Amino acid sequence: MSLLNLTLKVWRQDNPSDSGRIETYEAKEIPTSASFLEMIDIVNERLIKDGHDPIHFDHDCREGICGMCSMTINGVPHSKERGTTTCQLHMRKFSDGETIYIEPFRAKAFPVIKDLVTDRSSFDRIIGAGGFISVRTGSAPDAHAVPVPKPDADAAFDAAACIGCGACVAACKNASAMLFVSAKASHLNHLPQGLVEKDQRTLSMVRQMDAEGFGNCTNQYECEAVCPKEISVQHIAKLNRDYLAASAREGVS
Amino acid sequence: MSLDSKVPTGPLGEKWSSHKMGSKLINPANKRKFKIIVVGSGLAGGSAAATLSELGYQVDCFCYQDSPRRAHSIAAQGGINAAKNYQNDGDSVFRLFYDTIKGGDFRSREANVHRLAEVSTEIIDQCVAQGVPFAREYGGLLDNRSFGGAQVKRTFYARGQTGQQLLIGCYQALSKEIAKGGVKMHSRTEMLDLVVVDGHAKGIIVRNLVTGEITSHAADAVILATGGYGNVFYLSTNAMGCNVMAAFRAHKRGAYIANPCYTQIHPTCIPVSGDYQSKLTLMSESLRNDGRIWVPKSKEDAAAIRDGRKSASDIDEDSRDYYLERKYPSFGNLCPRDIASRAAKECCDEGRGVATTGLGVFLDFKDAIDRDGEDAIRARYGNLFQMYEKISGDNPYLQPMKIYPAVHYTMGGLWVDYNLMSNLPGLHVLGEANFSDHGANRLGASALMQGLADGYFVIPSTIAVYLSTQKAGAVTTAHPEFKRAKNEVRDRLKALIEIKGDRSVDSFHRELGLLIWDKCGMARDRDGLEEALKRIPAIRDEFWTNVRIPGSVNGLNVELEKAGRVADFIDFAEVLCHDALNREESCGGHFRSEHQFVESDSEVQDGTTQTGEARRHDDQFQYVAAWEHTAPGTPPVLHKEELVFEEVKPSIRSYK
Repeated sequence: MSLLNLTLKVWRQDNPSDSGRIETYEAKEIPTSASFLEMIDIVNERLIKDGHDPIHFDHDCREGICGMCSMTINGVPHSKERGTTTCQLHMRKFSDGETIYIEPFRAKAFPVIKDLVTDRSSFDRIIGAGGFISVRTGSAPDAHAVPVPKPDADAAFDAAACIGCGACVAACKNASAMLFVSAKASHLNHLPQGLVEKDQRTLSMVRQMDAEGFGNCTNQYECEAVCPKEISVQHIAKLNRDYLAASAREGVS
Repeated sequence: MSLDSKVPTGPLGEKWSSHKMGSKLINPANKRKFKIIVVGSGLAGGSAAATLSELGYQVDCFCYQDSPRRAHSIAAQGGINAAKNYQNDGDSVFRLFYDTIKGGDFRSREANVHRLAEVSTEIIDQCVAQGVPFAREYGGLLDNRSFGGAQVKRTFYARGQTGQQLLIGCYQALSKEIAKGGVKMHSRTEMLDLVVVDGHAKGIIVRNLVTGEITSHAADAVILATGGYGNVFYLSTNAMGCNVMAAFRAHKRGAYIANPCYTQIHPTCIPVSGDYQSKLTLMSESLRNDGRIWVPKSKEDAAAIRDGRKSASDIDEDSRDYYLERKYPSFGNLCPRDIASRAAKECCDEGRGVATTGLGVFLDFKDAIDRDGEDAIRARYGNLFQMYEKISGDNPYLQPMKIYPAVHYTMGGLWVDYNLMSNLPGLHVLGEANFSDHGANRLGASALMQGLADGYFVIPSTIAVYLSTQKAGAVTTAHPEFKRAKNEVRDRLKALIEIKGDRSVDSFHRELGLLIWDKCGMARDRDGLEEALKRIPAIRDEFWTNVRIPGSVNGLNVELEKAGRVADFIDFAEVLCHDALNREESCGGHFRSEHQFVESDSEVQDGTTQTGEARRHDDQFQYVAAWEHTAPGTPPVLHKEELVFEEVKPSIRSYK
């Protein structure tokens, strides 16, 4: 195991109304086997010792599944490593003497709370608008009553792998949430259980997405490139088809 | 105070249905007058909040994360058990019940466990209807796999992320209720105290983590679904934010903590690599279906691997010790977690560990890849292999994984009766936060089952038992107890921030964790526990005089959040060690070195068990140890709930 000395350029912002600035920190003697967040822990330990406010960032499970960690590293959400969350990124991917820029996930719909911490509650409201199947607890039929063809189940799973981190939004020049919304809609729209509410779900989620201030999709696919779960943009195409059909049916009903 | 478990009378298989039939109901018009607070939004809290709202109650739900979807249930990998018997391999409600009782080393309450097994089947129905994408076979039906401690295939799974899929199902149901107005969600909000009015839990004091604002919330009943206390060990597979604060605050207000010494050390985690390490990562137990666990037979080979002079492939078959297959031929690599963990520790204690620190064993997929092909293994465990490679930098398709046990789950928790209500009336506790269903050791794929059973099916029915005795809305935040509790919370935060010492919160947490892991980890003994109990007060004293928390009590301040949690971990650690010291026996996750089978025991001679296995003392310890908080600095007081086994006869737990 070797040690790295790095220079960090970190976005610091005291509160939502502060204009924010980049500050420079030295990260000294960082083990290559440490994770990126453990590297920040080490820097913070030093900052606290010196009487400064530590760098605030969101994180929780530190195993790539809760979707809480959210840093833009050298301009790329979750770093340039494919299929990786910030917490799964390890320092062996960096070299000694490197300068690393660390910023929050930026989007109008993700206001900064402090430093690298953003408010992503807009995602929760999109789910609340229609990202569910209305089944009351206790009213479900036997799990085998409705067989689901394996390809449909697999496609639903591929979409459901989304961890709701918002990297797709941060990577998009329009701050569009289409990859997130399409993955969430596609998960349920692929399943027989989700068919009953498919149109309503599709229309409501897209409308809520627009109301939250996310931008439009212009098919650049930056979202897919940064998605830690490598969700395919094909879900966006499916959402567009489902939306078109649902709008047409809404128009004639 | 005597502990009444309120287990219904009658035959085991009929207790739950007759209890539901015999309990009072609350009519729909009255339900909407009752307000219920739910703290925690994981599988237990989220499912409870959603279901109670569907029933018509007003629900206030709180979580410290930025969204209820991020609770740590999300990280469960392997699966969820249910007695569906879809595989026609002889499973039944009774077999799941029996396996769970035996897996828990005969230290859980029969009636609760049977109820869990009964409702397990409904959970799968509910989740499928919500759109949880469980693995399926080509015919469109659900697939199952087997898990540690069971010889049937009853585990439902969604690749390696069953927890995330179940939690999303639950979160979607919760989101639906939030949007409808039935649940008021308070994210990034942490419970800092429980408010008790005339002996009943009637509200909580919380801190908005973004603004720092302290507010009071009153309700007719309070539900804690705040997870386990694994982070008392500092390093664990729990999320960074997991903490014992809500449960411990309730404890200080009168709720008993039961069996805290039952802590589960999961056998398959990625080994520790350095001091800077912030958490440990679990590799799903499902890997043990195909992976074979081994260490070299000789210390010399193990040393050569540690130094990098040899690799796993240099050790020929005859020089490998597949120790689980050797010791437990019928369960082999699928023996329960506590047993697999202790066996790994024994090998490493003998100097046969293979990670650079000496603390690691191999989990080898070579035979499975040769047998089924790399593609088949990738389909089963692809994301787990990828996760391993990201963290360790090694490719597990080419060389065996290195694993070591790590703290994973805590079976102990707040004491609850059959209705999931604690000894403090009005306070209900669900999921990992309570003690009730797993005894001294939890079987794999049973945590998700218990969380959802409690939240979807048990509490929605049993909370009415309490609420039907209460007048809706009788207590409001205008009651002086709220003001008093709020002031205490404010004073505590102020005291913490004003210490302005030299050491970071994490440094105290690390010190405490190392001590507890060392003295109250995989093996415990009297001397070690007594030493821990001597050293904890010193850690506490230094913490309260020398911790440094930058910033102020207003606004987002993670160091302040962590400080409150670590302060409670320090106090909780004492209860944990007292319990471990009191329980002069070994069972499940609690292994007292003084109590193990030795060569001369008749049970070893006749082949019932073998040397080094856990030795229970049913004549003295067949009880739940529930601890009552006394004054700070004085030991907690023990209350006992005797365990009565009507259906199953406790025996020596053998997996040979």
